[in-house]
Amino acid sequence: MNRLQKLFKDKTNNLLSIYFTAGYPELNSTVAIAEALEKSGADFLEIGFPYSDPVADGPTIQHSSEIALENGMTLNVLFEQLKNLRKTVSIPILLMGYVNPIVQYGVENFCKKATEVGVDGVIVPDLPMYEYEALYSKYFIDNNLSNIFLVTPQTTEDRIRKIDALSNAFIYLLSSSSITGGSLDVSTGIEDYYKRVQAMKLKNPMIIGFGISNKTNFDKACEYANGAIVGSAFVKLLGEDGYLDKISAFIKSIK
Amino acid sequence: MKYGVNDLGYYGDFGGAYIPEMLYPNVEELRQQYLNIIEDPAFKAEFDDLMKNYVGRPSPLYHAKRYTEKYGANIFFKREDLNHTGSHKINNAIGQILLAKRLGKHRIIAETGAGQHGVATATVCALMGLECIVYMGEIDMKRQAPNVSRMKMLGAKVVPATSGSKTLKDATNEALRDWIANPVDTHYIIGSVVGPYPYPDMVARFQSIISAETKKQLLEKTGNELPQYVMACVGGGSNAMGMFYHFLDDEDVKLIAVEAAGKGVDSGHSAATTFLGREGVLHGSRTILMQTDDGQVIEPYSISAGLDYPGIGPQHAHLYKINRAQYVSITDDEALQAGLLCSQLEGIIPAIETSHALAYLEKMQFKKEDNVVICISGRGDKDLDTYIKYFGF
Repeated sequence: MNRLQKLFKDKTNNLLSIYFTAGYPELNSTVAIAEALEKSGADFLEIGFPYSDPVADGPTIQHSSEIALENGMTLNVLFEQLKNLRKTVSIPILLMGYVNPIVQYGVENFCKKATEVGVDGVIVPDLPMYEYEALYSKYFIDNNLSNIFLVTPQTTEDRIRKIDALSNAFIYLLSSSSITGGSLDVSTGIEDYYKRVQAMKLKNPMIIGFGISNKTNFDKACEYANGAIVGSAFVKLLGEDGYLDKISAFIKSIK
Repeated sequence: MKYGVNDLGYYGDFGGAYIPEMLYPNVEELRQQYLNIIEDPAFKAEFDDLMKNYVGRPSPLYHAKRYTEKYGANIFFKREDLNHTGSHKINNAIGQILLAKRLGKHRIIAETGAGQHGVATATVCALMGLECIVYMGEIDMKRQAPNVSRMKMLGAKVVPATSGSKTLKDATNEALRDWIANPVDTHYIIGSVVGPYPYPDMVARFQSIISAETKKQLLEKTGNELPQYVMACVGGGSNAMGMFYHFLDDEDVKLIAVEAAGKGVDSGHSAATTFLGREGVLHGSRTILMQTDDGQVIEPYSISAGLDYPGIGPQHAHLYKINRAQYVSITDDEALQAGLLCSQLEGIIPAIETSHALAYLEKMQFKKEDNVVICISGRGDKDLDTYIKYFGF
């Protein structure tokens, strides 16, 4: 059982996850931000590794990725930064990024290295279910690394069942079909979607993401799922002066 | 087809559909329906009618006599430049707009680099009365201003892509983001044989009309439907794939794909993907792309905005890897000189993309009896400024 699986075993509601881009705003800010987030009460973290062509991301995370790349962030640099992370940070950690940098690193090497530095799971939006299952799942399973799949309001029940079967930590429920950094859709249609997925009684917990930026959104998401993920709103904060000192207040404003 | 796509969307090691879950329903809908739709007799009849009466097909196969004298082989030009809107791009745009209508989509999005695909898409949207949004890199909008005006005149909305390098790959990213946010009513008309499966196969099928016609025309003109050589330029590779398609299984026909070397393959300013790229994932398919060791996409360079793309279609990557086609490259200077030569020997001003294919004739050794077909993928009107600046007319 990895830290992520243990967390979901111990705690089933109001889980708050925070996303931030490694190497943004400064190349070496990654670990300090992770430490501040744990101290402030985040339940788990998603550390993004930047990619030149992030098609699922809106302007805020695109910008943070560009700056991180300019700062010199690569997977090698990130793994080096995370080498001593587990001495100071104990909450579960996911890496999030696009498939091409992983393919260049080597999927098997990537999985080994991620586990070695204490990463618990990975979110790769453009890694399709078929390719994961046929080519890569072995490396994830061998390294006790959880692969997290996304589900959108358009995902069919059959496909959600397949995703549930392939998942072993949680399912990432998108609040709408959108790129990151949008606003939360609270229309009746979307409630039907949450209820529809809830009624499927999946074996995995669910976390809602995309468009969660404040306490109102977070509380709303927690009505339907085990918790929620805040990304762009937090990345925006990292663009401000003195961001490290503001992290605690930001987390308290949501949770 | 020996070199065609398999059931999982792969050509050998290349292809697939590397897309976020948000795009899955759209791409899956296409995958399930595209073959049924495009093989339906009513669809075919409508497509053929528009090809004949709207696009002006079949495009001539012209025996270029002065080129034949100069290069010592029978040189034929497949005249895609004579199509309505001035390039081969219209073939795919017509095919996909008819498909979009049958899928019940009423909003069309597209990406464009040089603007040729954007113009073709804006044209077919006007023809069918559908809303049209074209994403174009902010830098390309400045480089190709006349095409921006043409799209607007045709009723399309042109949206600048301001992210990343502000060129074709970023316009593609923006179009994908739009499609993610509009999953139900929108069809994305990708302009080349790139993107997630089924796009590379679908676009190749629509462009295959080029080689289907060529075979018939060659039979009439030479008594043999097979030439010794078939040549075309490659950016993403849609005119080349259309030109190669019906010759792929005829193993004796040598296929030559000409990439843009820019200022030279080793200059750091190039778009010669097979020379400079490695296997990876770009815009939804596993292919060969120009990238850093860390897997970040490198912005390519070519004087030709249509060849200025960091990847190639997955079927091209496959043909390259198994050596079914030969991939070569031509510099900016060589291409521009070839454009001038074609203008003055044959009275045809080619698009700079096409000039790359023509330039490679200089490097070939032919036998007198060889028949050679070159795809004249587009006309050079859009490139006059570039030619004029270079030659100082």
